[in-house]
Amino acid sequence: MTDEIVEPAAGDDVETPPPAEPGGYAPSVAQRLAFYQRAGGIITPILTTVFAFFMGGIVVAATGHNPFKTYWAIFKGTGLNWFFHVGNHHIDIPFTNVHVWFPWNTAADIASSGYSVPANSLAQTLLYSTTLILTGLSVAFAFRCGLFNIGGQGQYIAGAITGVYIGTRFVGMPGPLHIVLAIVLAALAGAFWGAIAGFLKATVGAHEVITTIMLNWIVIWVGQYLFGIGGPLQNHIDKTNPKSDSIATNAHLSVWWGNPFLQGLHIGFFIAIGALIVFYLVLNRTTLGYEIRAVGFNPDAARYGGISVARNYITAMAIAGVFAGLAGVIDVLGYAFRLDVLDIQVSNVGFIGIAVALLGRNKTLGVFLGALLFGALINGTSTRNPGLAHVFDPRFAGNFSTMIQALVLLFIGADVLIIYVWQLRRKVGLDRRAESETAEGAA
Amino acid sequence: MPDDQPVLEVRGVTKRFPGVVANDRVDLDVRRGEVHALLGENGAGKTTLMNIVYGLYHADEGEILRDGKPVSFSSARDAIRSGIGMVHQHFMLIPVMTVTENIVLAAEPTRAGVLLDSETAAARVRELSDQFGLAVDPRARVQDITVGQQQRVEILKALYRGAEILILDEPTSVLTPQEASELFEILESLQAQGKAIVFISHKLKEVLEIADLITVLRRGKKVDTIARAGATEAGLARMMVGREVLLRVEKKPAEPGAPILEAEDVHVIDDRGLEVVRGVTFDVRAGEIVGIAGVDGNGQTELIDAVAGLRHPSAGRIVVDGRELTGASAREHLDEGLGHIPEDRHRRGLVLEFSLAENLALHDYDKKPFSRLGWLHPGRLVQWARRLLQEFDVRGGGPQTRASALSGGNQQKVVIAREVTRDPRVLIAAQPTRGLDVGAIEFVHRRLVEQRDSGKAVLLVSLELDEIVSLSDRILVIYEGQIVGEFAPDVSEEELGIAMTGGSREAAA
Repeated sequence: MTDEIVEPAAGDDVETPPPAEPGGYAPSVAQRLAFYQRAGGIITPILTTVFAFFMGGIVVAATGHNPFKTYWAIFKGTGLNWFFHVGNHHIDIPFTNVHVWFPWNTAADIASSGYSVPANSLAQTLLYSTTLILTGLSVAFAFRCGLFNIGGQGQYIAGAITGVYIGTRFVGMPGPLHIVLAIVLAALAGAFWGAIAGFLKATVGAHEVITTIMLNWIVIWVGQYLFGIGGPLQNHIDKTNPKSDSIATNAHLSVWWGNPFLQGLHIGFFIAIGALIVFYLVLNRTTLGYEIRAVGFNPDAARYGGISVARNYITAMAIAGVFAGLAGVIDVLGYAFRLDVLDIQVSNVGFIGIAVALLGRNKTLGVFLGALLFGALINGTSTRNPGLAHVFDPRFAGNFSTMIQALVLLFIGADVLIIYVWQLRRKVGLDRRAESETAEGAA
Repeated sequence: MPDDQPVLEVRGVTKRFPGVVANDRVDLDVRRGEVHALLGENGAGKTTLMNIVYGLYHADEGEILRDGKPVSFSSARDAIRSGIGMVHQHFMLIPVMTVTENIVLAAEPTRAGVLLDSETAAARVRELSDQFGLAVDPRARVQDITVGQQQRVEILKALYRGAEILILDEPTSVLTPQEASELFEILESLQAQGKAIVFISHKLKEVLEIADLITVLRRGKKVDTIARAGATEAGLARMMVGREVLLRVEKKPAEPGAPILEAEDVHVIDDRGLEVVRGVTFDVRAGEIVGIAGVDGNGQTELIDAVAGLRHPSAGRIVVDGRELTGASAREHLDEGLGHIPEDRHRRGLVLEFSLAENLALHDYDKKPFSRLGWLHPGRLVQWARRLLQEFDVRGGGPQTRASALSGGNQQKVVIAREVTRDPRVLIAAQPTRGLDVGAIEFVHRRLVEQRDSGKAVLLVSLELDEIVSLSDRILVIYEGQIVGEFAPDVSEEELGIAMTGGSREAAA
């Protein structure tokens, strides 16, 4: 390397296109795509989503409905149009009698005066998103350690069962203490359930995809047994219903937006936001996060660096389980207040968490936005969305939500393809321009 | 034998990539029966130029003439049709298919238009391989044959499609020395039968051995084309790098002290369950470089892994500075003052997705000042990295640049910077210059000698005999998992070569 050689300057903080071999070799196609995948950070998930909605629109049109009207109805059902309704409103500062001017109408409680439908819908969307942030983080955290956690669902149910158990026992306990106890134990239950898969991976090399799926089924059947007819946790009074007792009232998470008796938005939302911050800090600001990322990127190099790969597999799966377990307990303390056998069978928030994490590229902000999107989608396509019933058969609406999820997943898997097509389109455009220029020159 | 009309002419070809001019008005003539070497450092634009000739890239300027007529290829298919074949560094073969199937793929002889005529295909393949001395079993599956044989399949594939001009991209980089010399025989036979060969390389020795003409590229520009006769290693190195390069390592005589690294009757079992290190005993003293020479696959990798704590020996003892470390973890080895430049910087030496700052702290991220009580201080990582990158002259990025964005030579500098600045008592250097060009090799060698002179025990493992001979103060030869001889550095390469193939085992015993 001589003095006269000028390396292509790469700034300290900017990611330049891969100089590959400085000064020479053309970057390979894979290298370039990897770069665009990173650089395009936000572009690819957006393109992916747009593609998914586009395909969904075609399906809607094929069923003889108007896709634009359908999407508009869904959008209104999500409550995201709340932000457009700017006016002269106010909010109350908690614990005081002070009112402050606010541009949006926050009256999400149907029983309150000046009730706003979009505000209510938005609160519902955020309620769904709360759960999805946590299950999304669960999948994302494991991913950052190179593990594919399909077990978010099982860890979620483990947390929910623990939450129900604690919430329905210790009835005389002071509320805050009761809540903290339920949350801590549920998080530990999720951690334990996740750590089993990590432990099996670390010790005998059992693949986490297989073991987490098996663990999901175990916990589902345990739940069926516990809350089924004659099960140990079945309702004490109503012996004919396969459901649990109700959570003690003072263990309910308080609702801060909407009607507490009609599934308002509870303080679990802030726990989810806190979890996002913890996720970011642990991964980027702690030695534990450094180890987990190193193992996730390159286990061989991590081992060479003196990092125990086995230990990090267990830790990462345990922490993933904490996030999913939190989602479970927050749901039962926040709005479900009981679990029944059917809930356990039909719940799929752990699986949606996979879509959230993939769409969010396992990044903090990405998971938040992904959870918001899927929460909105579930709420907007819900059969309870009255606007949708006018344009689209409500019986299909739920399926529609599932379809969009599936399409997003499909396109996430194909994002490299999408980028490639995108690049190709631009290249073809350039070629055509060049051709027309030469044609002009000739003429 | 070359006749006068070039079969391939490159005229003023320029190719730009974002931020870099890969080829800058390059000219090149290739004639029948000629082996034309394209020599240059990594990143000099050799492969880019040949990819343009092969139709994989479009030149921004300039033209390509085939038999004197301008041609424009929009894909490799066009290039193949006009009689140009290329064998890439990474083979493009289908492992589960047979040699014949791979060769005739996309140009299969058929019966009745649709049925594969496998007899004709096999006969044609056999005919070609006889004609050019390319011995391969046409019925073997590609996954079952050696890398050297796979390369022959690639060459046959090109010949089968009627290649008159054959481009080989760094063909020896994947071969053992034995396979390389077999390749050269094949090239001579191709040359004798009138094929034109373009031979891309950054190795001076082999270029001087095989090429008729040598074109040197530097930073995308053609420096000159010279005949082999009269060319010297030093002269070519100067042309490649643009300055004088020390091909010989300058060093004072060693002043060895007490033994620091001791291995005693070490046995190691590999991933397949085979005992590949079978009772190795040696020591490395402070202030000396001990080189382990051997043909690849004789247990070097596993021995190094055992010494570095990455693989537990099944028997024997490993002692560093009087402290027994047999069976201790990699972390304990690091903490006991062991530095390790691993043989594969991509698989082990670096986390390619990490920034350089993160990579430089791979062993010490959990120690002060980089972290305290489990909290990382990214600012201090960056600060530390900035110092090291400057001190070790790493170019192509700053502390926040991803390791994958650097060239091989600069990546290796990062690894060396990390290992050397930990001030280890023992430094293991496994193939420290693999894939590097002359300038970077000089840097690495100088650093290793510096370590020795500052009293470190250096254990060098390399497949390059040159490197072993020029750096080592003592040379051990490993063969089939055993040390079969110890030599002084003034030993001849022939003698070493014999020992490496098991020849002097009795003599040594």
